Amino acid sequence: MHEVAITRSIIDICEETARRRGATTVRGVTVEIGELSGVVPEAGEFCFEACGKGTVLEGAALVIQRIPGRGRCNACGEEFPMDNQTFTCPACGDFPPRRVSGEELRVKEMEID
Amino acid sequence: MCLDCGCAPKDHHHHHDHDHRHEHGKGKTLTIEEDLLGKNNRLAAANRARFAAHRLLVLNLVSSPGSGKTSILERTLSDLKNALRFAVLEGDQQTANDAERIAATGVPAHQINTGAGCHLDAHMVGHGVDHFDLAACDILMIENVGNLVCPAGFDLGEDHKVAVLSITEGEDKPLKYPQMFQAADLLLINKLDLLPHLRFDLEKCREFARRVNPRLEIIELSCENGEGMERWYAWLREQVGKKKNQKP
Repeated sequence: MHEVAITRSIIDICEETARRRGATTVRGVTVEIGELSGVVPEAGEFCFEACGKGTVLEGAALVIQRIPGRGRCNACGEEFPMDNQTFTCPACGDFPPRRVSGEELRVKEMEID
Repeated sequence: MCLDCGCAPKDHHHHHDHDHRHEHGKGKTLTIEEDLLGKNNRLAAANRARFAAHRLLVLNLVSSPGSGKTSILERTLSDLKNALRFAVLEGDQQTANDAERIAATGVPAHQINTGAGCHLDAHMVGHGVDHFDLAACDILMIENVGNLVCPAGFDLGEDHKVAVLSITEGEDKPLKYPQMFQAADLLLINKLDLLPHLRFDLEKCREFARRVNPRLEIIELSCENGEGMERWYAWLREQVGKKKNQKP
């Protein structure tokens, strides 16, 4: 459950931003979670509700944007969708491919009053 | 005292919320774009700088529970403690059992209990090493919480992650938990003494590990009968040598 640690950092970032902007209520927060990041969105949602209690994020909406995994072959340059079980290039078989997206774990934006 | 992490009295990290305001209903939207591992990564960088100042080799040992991390450490410390100066940080959810086992070898050890936490993070390690005189150490061993998932994403400021896989676990672990084996630089395949009693295909295990991470170094050993331990010690000595020659 490293989703707890991930969720705490969402809350830290939002609390810090809210404090500096003088906001007392956060309506919502948008988070980008890449498909290769190892973070399970459903677990994140569960933690968000539990960890958000008593913070500025209590009652805030969590919007999770999934970012698909994509890889690029170092040998032939082919770009292709990848998941955590993609170890070789589907075009030429070279391995391992470079991950070009899907590892994101980012607070994108938040909505305050 | 916590200059890097600012864990007391008040947090102090910097965000970049560009002032893009969009009206959504009554609220206003702030663009944040901050990495969720950013704080851990900043603290890991601070740890790394601190370790580099002492030319300290730092290894982060990761594995499933029960792979033999602590047993490997015990034997390593007993065999090498007169040649190299060690310190050991032990991470577990509960108990100080492992730190006590390490301390029994005469090497400085400190236990970090993560409670509900499933991994060590850079903040815990930054405080954990306050218990040691780093100037008097060559190698810091950090034994992470037994878990093949979560510790992969949390940089502690180490030089290398060393993954331990015991042959009772099955040869396909690297395929099942690729992130951990991708993050590691060295794989120790432990409990080699049990090979005659198990259906474990060593060659397949190596192949799976290298499919996930082609640059992974692999050493097979048994901390029970000592087979292969010399290769691991040679690797350690080589890394310490490299470290000592690095500019701080």
